Amino acid sequence: MIEIKNLHKSYKMGSNSLHVLKGINFSVEEGELVAIMGSSGSGKSTLLNILGMLDEADSGEYTLDGVPIKNLNETKAANYRNKFLGFVFQSFNLINYKTAMENVALPLYYQRVARKEREKKALMYLERVGLKEWATHLPSELSGGQKQRVAIARAMAAEPKVLLADEPTGALDSKTSLEVMELIQKINDDGNTILIVTHEADIAQMCKRIVHLKDGVIVEDKKVKQVRASSYVQ
Amino acid sequence: MFDIERWQEIFDTIRKNKLRTFLTGLSVASGIFILVILLGFGQGMQNGIAKEFAADASNRIWVWTQVTTKEYKGLNPGRRIELKNENYDYVNSRFSDNLDKKSPVYRVRDVSVNYGKETIGYSIQGVSSGFQFIENQFLSQGRFINQSDEESVAKVIVISNKIKREYFKNGEDPMGEYLDLSGIKFKIIGVFGDVGGEREEDRMFIPITTAQRVFNGANQVNNLSYTLQPAESFEQAVVESMQFSQELKSYLQEVHSVAPDDGSAINVYNTLENAKRFYGLTGNIKFFFWFVGICTIIAGVVGVSNIMLIVVKERTREIGIRKALGAKPISIVGMILHEAIFVTAISGFSGLVFSMALLELVGPLIEVDYILNPSVNFNVALSTVFVLILAGALAGFFPAWRAAHIHTIDALRDQ
Repeated sequence: MIEIKNLHKSYKMGSNSLHVLKGINFSVEEGELVAIMGSSGSGKSTLLNILGMLDEADSGEYTLDGVPIKNLNETKAANYRNKFLGFVFQSFNLINYKTAMENVALPLYYQRVARKEREKKALMYLERVGLKEWATHLPSELSGGQKQRVAIARAMAAEPKVLLADEPTGALDSKTSLEVMELIQKINDDGNTILIVTHEADIAQMCKRIVHLKDGVIVEDKKVKQVRASSYVQ
Repeated sequence: MFDIERWQEIFDTIRKNKLRTFLTGLSVASGIFILVILLGFGQGMQNGIAKEFAADASNRIWVWTQVTTKEYKGLNPGRRIELKNENYDYVNSRFSDNLDKKSPVYRVRDVSVNYGKETIGYSIQGVSSGFQFIENQFLSQGRFINQSDEESVAKVIVISNKIKREYFKNGEDPMGEYLDLSGIKFKIIGVFGDVGGEREEDRMFIPITTAQRVFNGANQVNNLSYTLQPAESFEQAVVESMQFSQELKSYLQEVHSVAPDDGSAINVYNTLENAKRFYGLTGNIKFFFWFVGICTIIAGVVGVSNIMLIVVKERTREIGIRKALGAKPISIVGMILHEAIFVTAISGFSGLVFSMALLELVGPLIEVDYILNPSVNFNVALSTVFVLILAGALAGFFPAWRAAHIHTIDALRDQ
């Protein structure tokens, strides 16, 4: 599903250049649940941003579902993002004046899905995350866990090839984190490919594979036995 | 533009951001409203002044006399100056090239006018045929005094519509009836009206010759009145008539031994001179209103730009989210512009409609001197609305363009 070869990225900081990614080779199969771990500054968020086409690599190859991703301009990137990717952010990033349902329906708007159809689909995905009754509520009326579930529903609504989650549990307490991870595991069970950036080891243990980043290179890439989030719940 | 989904998205945004929308709209609507009202009153003032001058032929020259205030050639001040027929005749022959219409005026005093048993309490003036045109009068019935009336010293009289209304009730026809002027019968030959209104109709006219001879006027004249030949342009007309009034005044001062610097003995009133002053004034007033109006519009534009800047700033994060979900930059710019244009258009037009309606409804009811029927050219008002919409669009475009091209990650980080 994802193929990365020799990826480099550096940032200019005044006269200095900060080499963040120093040749990443990495691939993800369909249906995997991968945790990208590392301390802050290891380059894990940069990697996720490049995978999400929110940022562009300096050199290297990136192929997504057989499509080479290169020479991106904003319009092209927007198109790929809309077709291939779903995002879940640490800070939820819901639009505060839109209801839960409207937030979920938004990516469908950019896929030019008709309004009725959008609403139907949005409700369906809200139901899958267990928030159908909250469809008409504004984000400000939802708890943190509910917000993240709405964000996950929104990311899924576009039926992306890959779901990218940047510290999805970073702003949540441990109980809510488990609920969110349970949901992510469930979505993965349905066959969706998911990448999670996290620095929490227990969250990483709930994935099927852990990639360790340190100083811009992959130092460890191992399959793990998945810990089911449901096993924590009493 | 005709994308129904886009419209729905925009209506959603507007509905959920009522205050923001309202404030944007208000600044646009009030800008247009103030401009239209100001322009309307500018026009109203011009109409009003134009009407004041429509009362008389606008290049009228009028001479009247008072007592001298200065000693001159051994004569004491306080002398009453009386114009004579010779003065009138001399002016006629000397300025025959310049003059168009002319008429002396002799005011008949101490005469009682009776119709049947009723006494008519209005004044009588002896005039020539030209007077009708000088005073801008029209005839409702019959004819005015003419040359042969003057030559034959005819005992004929022209009354006004007002007098007809007041003394010839029940639709009685005054034509051919006789009025009794201190025992002498005068035949009514015409009924006149004056565009200057009723206060110009408080009088009756008889031939100047009759007035002088029958009512002991000898060769006295109270006023001289003239209009000049039309000139090529307004400016030239003003120059010519000023020169004429000056020469006329000098001549009269000379023959009546009045000091050249005596300001009140002989007076020459020139409507054109006044008209020029007033026209200049209305021009200035109009300019001023335009100036204020344009400043208002600029303030409106700045207000709209300001709000658009804030709106875009406020929505940077939202723009980032939309982009992460697959919105193209062009669709972001389109969305913000669409909203800006829609809001400015709706509020601009409502400001326009409201102010025009106010002018239409209230305008004709305004009865103030020098303001008449304030109104505004619809096309001018419409263009200002479009200017404002364009300005709003431009004002929205640059921040929107910038916001749409901020790196998505940076936009998402915006707090």
